Amino acid sequence: MAVCVAVIAKENYPLYIRSAPTENELKFHYMVHTSLDVVDEKISAMGKALVDQRELYLGLLYPTEDYKVYGYVTNSKVKFVMVVDSSNTALRDNEIRSMFRKLHNSYTDVMCNPFYNPGDRIQSRAFDNMVTSMMIQVC
Amino acid sequence: MADEALFLLLHNEMVSGVYKSAEQGEVENGRCITKLENMGFRVGQGLIERFTKDTARFKDELDIMKFICKDFWTTVFKKQIDNLRTNHQGIYVLQDNKFRLLTQMSAGKQYLEHASKRFHDSDLITSWYLFMYINFK
Repeated sequence: MAVCVAVIAKENYPLYIRSAPTENELKFHYMVHTSLDVVDEKISAMGKALVDQRELYLGLLYPTEDYKVYGYVTNSKVKFVMVVDSSNTALRDNEIRSMFRKLHNSYTDVMCNPFYNPGDRIQSRAFDNMVTSMMIQVC
Repeated sequence: MADEALFLLLHNEMVSGVYKSAEQGEVENGRCITKLENMGFRVGQGLIERFTKDTARFKDELDIMKFICKDFWTTVFKKQIDNLRTNHQGIYVLQDNKFRLLTQMSAGKQYLEHASKRFHDSDLITSWYLFMYINFK
Protein backbone atom coordinates (compact mmCIF):
# COMPACT_ATOMS: atom_id res chain seq x y z
CA MET A 1 0.00 0.00 0.00
CA ALA A 2 2.82 2.34 0.73
CA VAL A 3 4.76 3.29 -2.34
CA CYS A 4 7.79 4.67 -0.55
CA VAL A 5 9.00 4.49 3.04
CA ALA A 6 11.80 6.59 4.48
CA VAL A 7 13.44 6.91 7.88
CA ILE A 8 15.23 10.22 8.36
CA ALA A 9 17.69 10.83 11.18
CA LYS A 10 17.71 13.80 13.50
CA GLU A 11 20.27 15.60 11.33
CA ASN A 12 18.00 15.19 8.30
CA TYR A 13 19.89 12.56 6.37
CA PRO A 14 18.20 9.31 5.38
CA LEU A 15 18.80 6.19 7.43
CA TYR A 16 16.62 4.07 5.24
CA ILE A 17 14.70 4.83 2.08
CA ARG A 18 12.94 2.39 -0.17
CA SER A 19 10.41 2.73 -2.97
CA ALA A 20 8.20 0.05 -4.41
CA PRO A 21 8.29 0.79 -8.13
CA THR A 22 12.01 0.58 -8.69
CA GLU A 23 12.06 2.91 -11.66
CA ASN A 24 11.86 6.63 -11.05
CA GLU A 25 13.16 6.29 -7.50
CA LEU A 26 14.66 9.74 -7.66
CA LYS A 27 11.22 11.31 -7.77
CA PHE A 28 10.30 9.69 -4.46
CA HIS A 29 13.59 10.66 -2.89
CA TYR A 30 12.90 14.22 -3.88
CA MET A 31 9.37 14.10 -2.49
CA VAL A 32 10.65 12.83 0.83
CA HIS A 33 13.24 15.55 0.90
CA THR A 34 10.70 18.29 0.32
CA SER A 35 8.37 16.82 2.91
CA LEU A 36 11.02 17.41 5.57
CA ASP A 37 10.24 21.11 5.45
CA VAL A 38 6.60 20.42 6.12
CA VAL A 39 7.53 18.17 9.03
CA ASP A 40 9.67 20.88 10.58
CA GLU A 41 6.86 23.35 10.21
CA LYS A 42 4.40 21.05 11.90
CA ILE A 43 6.53 20.34 14.91
CA SER A 44 7.57 23.90 15.50
CA ALA A 45 5.61 25.96 17.96
CA MET A 46 4.06 28.04 15.21
CA GLY A 47 1.60 25.49 13.98
CA LYS A 48 0.07 25.04 17.39
CA ALA A 49 -3.50 24.82 16.22
CA LEU A 50 -2.85 22.53 13.28
CA VAL A 51 -1.43 19.50 14.99
CA ASP A 52 -2.24 17.92 18.32
CA GLN A 53 0.98 18.71 20.12
CA ARG A 54 0.98 15.60 22.24
CA GLU A 55 0.89 13.13 19.38
CA LEU A 56 3.77 11.62 17.49
CA TYR A 57 1.73 11.08 14.34
CA LEU A 58 1.67 14.14 12.10
CA GLY A 59 -0.95 13.12 9.60
CA LEU A 60 -1.14 14.10 5.95
CA LEU A 61 1.77 16.36 5.14
CA TYR A 62 0.77 17.33 1.64
CA PRO A 63 -1.12 15.78 -1.25
CA THR A 64 0.13 15.83 -4.81
CA GLU A 65 -1.82 14.76 -7.84
CA ASP A 66 -0.77 11.11 -7.67
CA TYR A 67 0.45 10.64 -4.16
CA LYS A 68 -0.15 11.54 -0.55
CA VAL A 69 2.66 11.98 1.94
CA TYR A 70 2.29 11.17 5.64
CA GLY A 71 4.68 11.98 8.45
CA TYR A 72 5.55 10.80 11.97
CA VAL A 73 8.23 12.11 14.30
CA THR A 74 9.55 10.18 17.29
CA ASN A 75 10.62 11.78 20.53
CA SER A 76 14.24 11.39 19.51
CA LYS A 77 13.55 13.53 16.43
CA VAL A 78 13.75 10.66 13.97
CA LYS A 79 11.23 11.16 11.18
CA PHE A 80 9.30 8.55 9.31
CA VAL A 81 7.85 9.57 5.96
CA MET A 82 5.47 7.45 3.97
CA VAL A 83 4.24 8.06 0.43
CA VAL A 84 1.05 6.30 -0.63
CA ASP A 85 -0.82 6.12 -3.89
CA SER A 86 -3.73 8.54 -4.11
CA SER A 87 -5.84 6.10 -6.09
CA ASN A 88 -5.86 3.77 -3.13
CA THR A 89 -8.77 5.44 -1.39
CA ALA A 90 -9.42 2.47 0.87
CA LEU A 91 -6.60 3.55 3.17
CA ARG A 92 -7.98 5.16 6.28
CA ASP A 93 -6.19 7.29 8.81
CA ASN A 94 -6.16 4.48 11.35
CA GLU A 95 -4.41 2.18 8.97
CA ILE A 96 -1.72 4.74 8.33
CA ARG A 97 -1.30 5.18 12.06
CA SER A 98 -0.92 1.46 12.59
CA MET A 99 1.66 1.32 9.81
CA PHE A 100 3.66 4.02 11.52
CA ARG A 101 3.33 2.16 14.81
CA LYS A 102 4.84 -0.92 13.20
CA LEU A 103 7.63 1.19 11.73
CA HIS A 104 8.36 2.70 15.12
CA ASN A 105 8.43 -0.69 16.80
CA SER A 106 10.84 -2.07 14.22
CA TYR A 107 13.00 1.02 14.45
CA THR A 108 13.20 0.62 18.23
CA ASP A 109 14.31 -2.96 17.75
CA VAL A 110 17.02 -1.80 15.35
CA MET A 111 18.22 0.77 17.87
CA CYS A 112 18.50 -1.85 20.60
CA ASN A 113 20.70 -4.03 18.44
CA PRO A 114 24.18 -3.66 19.97
CA PHE A 115 25.82 -4.18 16.59
CA TYR A 116 24.00 -1.25 15.10
CA ASN A 117 25.72 2.14 15.34
CA PRO A 118 23.20 4.94 15.48
CA GLY A 119 23.61 7.06 12.39
CA ASP A 120 24.43 4.21 10.03
CA ARG A 121 22.11 3.06 7.29
CA ILE A 122 19.64 0.51 8.53
CA GLN A 123 20.54 -2.86 7.08
CA SER A 124 18.50 -5.12 9.30
CA ARG A 125 16.70 -7.89 7.46
CA ALA A 126 13.84 -7.88 9.94
CA PHE A 127 13.28 -4.20 9.24
CA ASP A 128 13.41 -4.88 5.50
CA ASN A 129 10.84 -7.62 5.82
CA MET A 130 8.51 -5.43 7.80
CA VAL A 131 8.73 -2.66 5.20
CA THR A 132 8.18 -5.17 2.39
CA SER A 133 5.03 -6.38 4.09
CA MET A 134 3.76 -2.80 4.13
CA MET A 135 4.52 -2.20 0.47
CA ILE A 136 3.53 -5.50 -1.00
CA GLN A 137 -0.21 -5.12 -1.03
CA VAL A 138 -0.03 -2.71 -3.95
CA CYS A 139 -0.97 -5.24 -6.61
CA MET B 1 15.71 -9.18 44.27
CA ALA B 2 18.18 -11.52 42.72
CA ASP B 3 18.33 -9.85 39.33
CA GLU B 4 19.57 -6.59 40.80
CA ALA B 5 22.56 -8.33 42.38
CA LEU B 6 23.34 -9.93 39.02
CA PHE B 7 23.42 -6.60 37.28
CA LEU B 8 25.56 -5.02 40.00
CA LEU B 9 28.11 -7.82 39.75
CA LEU B 10 28.19 -7.56 35.97
CA HIS B 11 28.57 -3.82 36.16
CA ASN B 12 31.48 -4.16 38.61
CA GLU B 13 33.25 -6.60 36.35
CA MET B 14 32.74 -4.40 33.32
CA VAL B 15 34.34 -1.44 35.00
CA SER B 16 37.32 -3.37 36.34
CA GLY B 17 37.62 -5.25 33.06
CA VAL B 18 37.92 -2.05 31.07
CA TYR B 19 40.59 -0.76 33.41
CA LYS B 20 42.51 -4.04 33.36
CA SER B 21 42.51 -4.26 29.60
CA ALA B 22 43.83 -0.74 29.22
CA GLU B 23 47.47 -0.38 28.20
CA GLN B 24 50.10 0.86 30.60
CA GLY B 25 49.75 4.39 31.73
CA GLU B 26 46.20 4.72 30.57
CA VAL B 27 44.61 4.50 33.95
CA GLU B 28 45.42 8.08 34.61
CA ASN B 29 44.27 9.61 31.37
CA GLY B 30 40.69 9.57 30.23
CA ARG B 31 40.57 6.68 27.73
CA CYS B 32 39.01 4.20 30.13
CA ILE B 33 36.53 6.73 31.30
CA THR B 34 35.61 7.53 27.69
CA LYS B 35 35.09 3.87 26.89
CA LEU B 36 32.79 3.42 29.84
CA GLU B 37 30.94 6.60 29.04
CA ASN B 38 30.38 5.52 25.47
CA MET B 39 29.10 2.14 26.56
CA GLY B 40 26.65 3.80 28.88
CA PHE B 41 25.63 6.26 26.20
CA ARG B 42 24.85 3.56 23.68
CA VAL B 43 22.80 1.58 26.19
CA GLY B 44 20.99 4.75 27.12
CA GLN B 45 20.08 5.42 23.51
CA GLY B 46 18.41 2.05 23.16
CA LEU B 47 16.60 2.47 26.46
CA ILE B 48 15.37 5.91 25.53
CA GLU B 49 13.99 4.72 22.19
CA ARG B 50 12.00 2.06 23.95
CA PHE B 51 10.71 4.27 26.71
CA THR B 52 9.73 7.25 24.58
CA LYS B 53 7.95 5.10 22.04
CA ASP B 54 4.61 5.44 23.73
CA THR B 55 4.96 8.72 25.59
CA ALA B 56 3.49 11.93 24.30
CA ARG B 57 5.64 14.32 22.34
CA PHE B 58 7.93 16.49 24.44
CA LYS B 59 6.89 20.08 24.16
CA ASP B 60 9.93 21.76 25.69
CA GLU B 61 13.05 21.15 27.73
CA LEU B 62 11.10 20.99 30.94
CA ASP B 63 9.07 18.09 29.58
CA ILE B 64 12.28 16.27 28.72
CA MET B 65 13.69 16.91 32.20
CA LYS B 66 10.51 15.71 33.87
CA PHE B 67 10.55 12.57 31.78
CA ILE B 68 14.15 11.85 32.71
CA CYS B 69 13.73 12.60 36.40
CA LYS B 70 10.51 10.67 36.84
CA ASP B 71 9.82 8.01 34.21
CA PHE B 72 13.30 7.18 33.07
CA TRP B 73 14.94 7.19 36.48
CA THR B 74 12.11 5.11 37.96
CA THR B 75 12.34 2.50 35.25
CA VAL B 76 16.11 2.19 35.43
CA PHE B 77 16.85 2.83 39.11
CA LYS B 78 13.42 2.21 40.67
CA LYS B 79 13.25 5.61 42.30
CA GLN B 80 12.85 9.20 41.22
CA ILE B 81 15.40 11.96 41.19
CA ASP B 82 15.48 13.66 44.57
CA ASN B 83 16.27 17.16 43.49
CA LEU B 84 16.27 19.01 40.21
CA ARG B 85 17.73 22.48 39.94
CA THR B 86 18.20 24.76 37.00
CA ASN B 87 19.58 28.16 36.32
CA HIS B 88 17.01 28.67 33.56
CA GLN B 89 19.80 29.15 31.10
CA GLY B 90 20.34 25.58 30.02
CA ILE B 91 22.08 24.07 33.04
CA TYR B 92 20.26 21.39 35.02
CA VAL B 93 21.54 19.70 38.15
CA LEU B 94 20.00 16.35 39.03
CA GLN B 95 20.57 15.09 42.52
CA ASP B 96 20.08 11.49 43.55
CA ASN B 97 20.66 10.92 47.25
CA LYS B 98 20.84 7.18 47.11
CA PHE B 99 22.26 6.15 43.76
CA ARG B 100 21.36 2.56 43.22
CA LEU B 101 24.63 1.41 41.72
CA LEU B 102 26.66 2.78 44.61
CA THR B 103 24.59 1.81 47.65
CA GLN B 104 26.35 -1.51 48.00
CA MET B 105 29.76 0.06 48.39
CA SER B 106 30.91 0.74 51.92
CA ALA B 107 30.74 4.34 53.05
CA GLY B 108 34.31 5.28 53.75
CA LYS B 109 37.11 7.09 52.00
CA GLN B 110 38.78 3.83 51.06
CA TYR B 111 36.78 3.19 47.90
CA LEU B 112 36.15 6.72 46.82
CA GLU B 113 38.19 6.37 43.65
CA HIS B 114 36.53 3.12 42.64
CA ALA B 115 33.11 4.54 43.28
CA SER B 116 33.76 7.35 40.87
CA LYS B 117 34.70 4.87 38.14
CA ARG B 118 31.38 3.04 38.51
CA PHE B 119 29.62 6.32 38.61
CA HIS B 120 31.06 7.43 35.31
CA ASP B 121 29.48 4.62 33.39
CA SER B 122 26.00 4.75 34.80
CA ASP B 123 25.52 8.43 35.22
CA LEU B 124 26.60 9.15 31.74
CA ILE B 125 23.78 7.05 30.41
CA THR B 126 21.36 9.78 31.24
CA SER B 127 23.34 12.95 31.36
CA TRP B 128 24.70 12.50 27.88
CA TYR B 129 21.32 11.68 26.52
CA LEU B 130 20.03 14.79 28.12
CA PHE B 131 22.73 16.68 26.30
CA MET B 132 21.62 15.12 23.06
CA TYR B 133 18.02 16.05 23.58
CA ILE B 134 18.73 19.58 24.55
CA ASN B 135 20.64 19.99 21.35
CA PHE B 136 17.80 18.86 19.21
CA LYS B 137 17.00 22.41 18.18
